Formats: sequence, structure tokens, C-alpha cells
Amino acid sequence: MQFIYDIGPRIVAITAQFLGQHFPAWAVQLILMIVSVATIAVFVLITFMFLTYLERKIIARMQDRIGPNRVGPLGLLQPVADAIKMMTKEDITPTVAHRAAYNIAPVLVVAPPLMAFAVIPFGKGMIAADLNIGILYAVAISSLGTLGLLMAGWSSRNKFSLIGAMRAVAQMVSYEVPMILSLMGVLMITGSLAMGQIVSKQAVPFIILQPVAFIIYFISSIAELNRTPFDIPEAESEIVAGYHTEYSGMKFAMFMMSEYVSVIVMAAVGTTVFLGGWRGPVLPSYIWFLLKIYVIIFVLMWFRGTLPRLRVDQLQGFAWKFCVPVALLNIFMSGIVIFLVPPNTTHPLVQVAAYAVGNIILAIVVLLLYRRPTARAAAAVSGA
Amino acid sequence: MSITQVAFILISAITLGSALAMVTSRTVFVAALWMVAAFVGVAALYILLEAGFLAAIQLLIYAGGIAVLILFAIMLTPRVMQPMEGLSRFNDQWMFVAAVSAFLFAGLWALAIRTDWPVNLQRVTGDNIFLLGRGFMTQYLLPFEVTSILLLVALVGAIVIARD
Repeated sequence: MQFIYDIGPRIVAITAQFLGQHFPAWAVQLILMIVSVATIAVFVLITFMFLTYLERKIIARMQDRIGPNRVGPLGLLQPVADAIKMMTKEDITPTVAHRAAYNIAPVLVVAPPLMAFAVIPFGKGMIAADLNIGILYAVAISSLGTLGLLMAGWSSRNKFSLIGAMRAVAQMVSYEVPMILSLMGVLMITGSLAMGQIVSKQAVPFIILQPVAFIIYFISSIAELNRTPFDIPEAESEIVAGYHTEYSGMKFAMFMMSEYVSVIVMAAVGTTVFLGGWRGPVLPSYIWFLLKIYVIIFVLMWFRGTLPRLRVDQLQGFAWKFCVPVALLNIFMSGIVIFLVPPNTTHPLVQVAAYAVGNIILAIVVLLLYRRPTARAAAAVSGA
Repeated sequence: MSITQVAFILISAITLGSALAMVTSRTVFVAALWMVAAFVGVAALYILLEAGFLAAIQLLIYAGGIAVLILFAIMLTPRVMQPMEGLSRFNDQWMFVAAVSAFLFAGLWALAIRTDWPVNLQRVTGDNIFLLGRGFMTQYLLPFEVTSILLLVALVGAIVIARD
């Protein structure tokens, strides 16, 4: 029974013991490294395939349709059919494209989110590399994806691609700031950037201590993912498909892949930092982790089924005039509470109470600062 | 030669090669991409020195943020899609600049070789992010604050220039 609970570390230990009888120590380490990388990559890519199915099903339900239902039972084999279609499609390169950049771009877009999985704790003892800069590594690696988008947009030599790429970069660079700032509050409580430490210090999930930070993180990471309501870089009614307009076949599939893999990364980081990671009663740790990830992913899909797209001019203002100041105020509030109620010495319930008071004051301050912006804007327009 | 030395030589070669390719590239965009490659090489050097925090910051600020710089290059360059054919990379001052650069390089080389660099063989123990933060807030507070003010001034200056 105990075996089910720590299946990951057990399998690693058994494999290491078996390999140790046949190979020297460094070879065992190398093989285990390659195997764990392959396992994570395969897991992520299979999840990606079925996320496309899940998204189509959920949105179909919200729009009173049935969604994919022809291939296999309940349409479950639809992703496989799509994959075969993508692989057999003609690969088109525009004659005027910058060939090298055009071909490297899809790889540069997919690689960073896959690399971010190195520091994600999937369960108790199931983390590939518990770096002491864990969360910073995940954020820094993810920020490299922007370059791939820019390369794709520029090298296609298509004006829609270029506009899409420029929109993507402007959006992703702006929303990176509130995203990192929103993580600061949690890092101040844990006093560590390591993902393992962040999980082990969450006797109470940080969403209860830092609800404002969670909301800012959630909003700005949706913007980082270029998903509705922030899908301005690929707005199909305005600029065809944005930066990947010219791509077809498997290269197009790689852009799709990078989007869904980034969704999983964002949900995994959100789960680890705010929802308590793999911690939970009764069920095995990795089941808890997957459940929490899918809750976040479901909310993302729910947004997509519900919300309209923002306008380009609203986007930057929202990031710099709302998200960044609120995230800074949250850091200020966290600093005061940490000073008054030291996180390591006080009882969790006292902390919850202290943060509740802090968050209520924060909410009042934010509401006072931003009261009725529409009314003020209307007055400004009629005055001018 | 140890593995670390081999890695160091490879990474240095990639970094310097990218830097050279950046200077000789004829298209603004391609030059910027080579610059990113050089920055990533520097980040790899930091990892080799076991300075993981610096490496992550290098990626986040330089390699990630440089996309904005490329963006400005695109916006400010007419005919950004075409490489600048027919334009010479040299103007009539190239000999003078080459002489100054060679002199500067020789000077730095001599300095680097002659200086008795303090080698601290004692390993840093404990969480080095914690030590870094403590260092910034106590021993090196003044340089830290001065740098911050310098960056703030640059930021304000950029906005003032942009609004004119």
C-alpha cells in the first residue's frame, strides 16, 4: 500500500540498484538522468495531446455543442488523428523567408517551457532537480520563449506575422513584471527560491495568505500564455494567426505544443507556489498535484469559453497601471505582516488571521485607489 | 584537461564566436539574435562558476529582456525585412578606431595578467542567495544604492527623450 504513495522514488531506487550491478556509478547516474528527462518529456507531450481534446470538449459544452465525437470512443482518439494529419501535411517555407531563423524559431519556442519542468515537484520526492534558485529558473527559462516568437514573426516576412510578433513581445515583456512581483510575497514568507522548500513550508496553502498575489499571478500568466482574453498576438479576426501565420504542418503543431506546454508549466508553478503543491490528505501526492493542475487548467478553459478579447490599447494600461502597483502594494503588506508575525515561529492560525487583516486593508486601499475608473474616463472624454 | 576546462573552452568559443558574428552581421535583426546567443554563453559561464542565481538573472534580464531591444530596432529601422546590401561596414575612420581598440585591448590584457587576483579557495557555504542579499544590504549597500539611482536616472532620461 505504501508503495503506491511513493511510487516515484521507489522506482528510481529499484532501477538504481539493478543498474548498479552492471554499470559503474557515473553511468548509472547518467542513465537515470536520461530516463527521468524522457519520462517528464513524454508525460508532458501526452498531456499536451489530450489537453487539446479537453479544451475542445469543454468549450463545445459551454457553447451547447458536443465537440469531437467521431474518432474512437467519445472522440478520445481525435488528438492522434490530428497528430497524423499534422505530420503528413506539406511543409511550406515562404520563398522570401529568412530560412535559418524561420526553421529554428519553432524549436526555440518549444524548448524553454519543456526545460522549466526540471524544477517542478510532481509529487513527494518527484522533482528532477531541486535547484536553490528553482522558481527563478522556471521564470527565467520561460522568458526565453519570447525570442522564438519574435524570430518566427520576423523571419516569415509577412506583415501579419510581424505585427503579431510585436504584439506578443510587448505583451509578454509587460506582464512578466507583475508576474514576478506577485511571486515575491510568497518568496518573502518562505525565505527560499527552491521549489521543494516552497512546498514544504505550506502548512496553509499560500492562496489563503496571499490571495491578491494569486489573482495577479493568474491574470498576468494568462497574458504570458497569449490566451483569451489576452490573445491579441494571434487575434484571428484582426491579423490572421499572428506570428505563426506562415507555418504549416509539424512546425505549426510545434507552436500549438509550446502554447499547451506553457499552460501546464503555468498551472504547475501556480499549484506549487499558491495551492500547496503535492500536499493533501489521503490520496497519493502526485494525484493531488495533477488534480490541482487540472483545476487551474479548467479555469483557463472556462475563461476562454466566456470572455471576449481585450483591445490593444487597454492591454498595456492594465499591466502597468493596475497589476504592477497592486503587486507592489502586496509586497509592502507582506513585509509589514512578516515583520509583525514572523513566519517560522508563530502558529499557522495566527498567521492566517494576520494575513486576513492585511489583505482586507490591502483590498480597501486598492478599491479606494481605483474607484470607478470608467466614470473618471467618461468625465475626461466629455471634458476634452 | 578536466571536463570543466573543456566546457569552459567550448562555452567561451561559442560566446566569442557569437559576439563576432553579431558585429559582422548585415541585418539588424540577425545581429540582435547573435547578441542573445552571446548572452546565453555568458550565462553558461556563470553556471560553470556555480553562480546559479547570476545565471538566471542574466537569462531573465539580458536574454529575455533583449527582445525589447530587438523590437525597438525593428520599429526604428526602415526596410527592416531586407539586409543592408551595398552598404560598407567601414567608414574612413576605421584605422583610427582599430588603433584605439588595439591599444585598449593591450592595456586590459596587461592589467589582467599583472594583477595579483585574490583567489579565495574557501568554498562559499550555505545558501549563497541569502549571502548575496545580506551583502547587498550591509557591506555593499552604497554601491548597490548608487547603481539603483543610476538606473533610475537612465529610465527617467529615456522617458524624457521619448516624450520630446
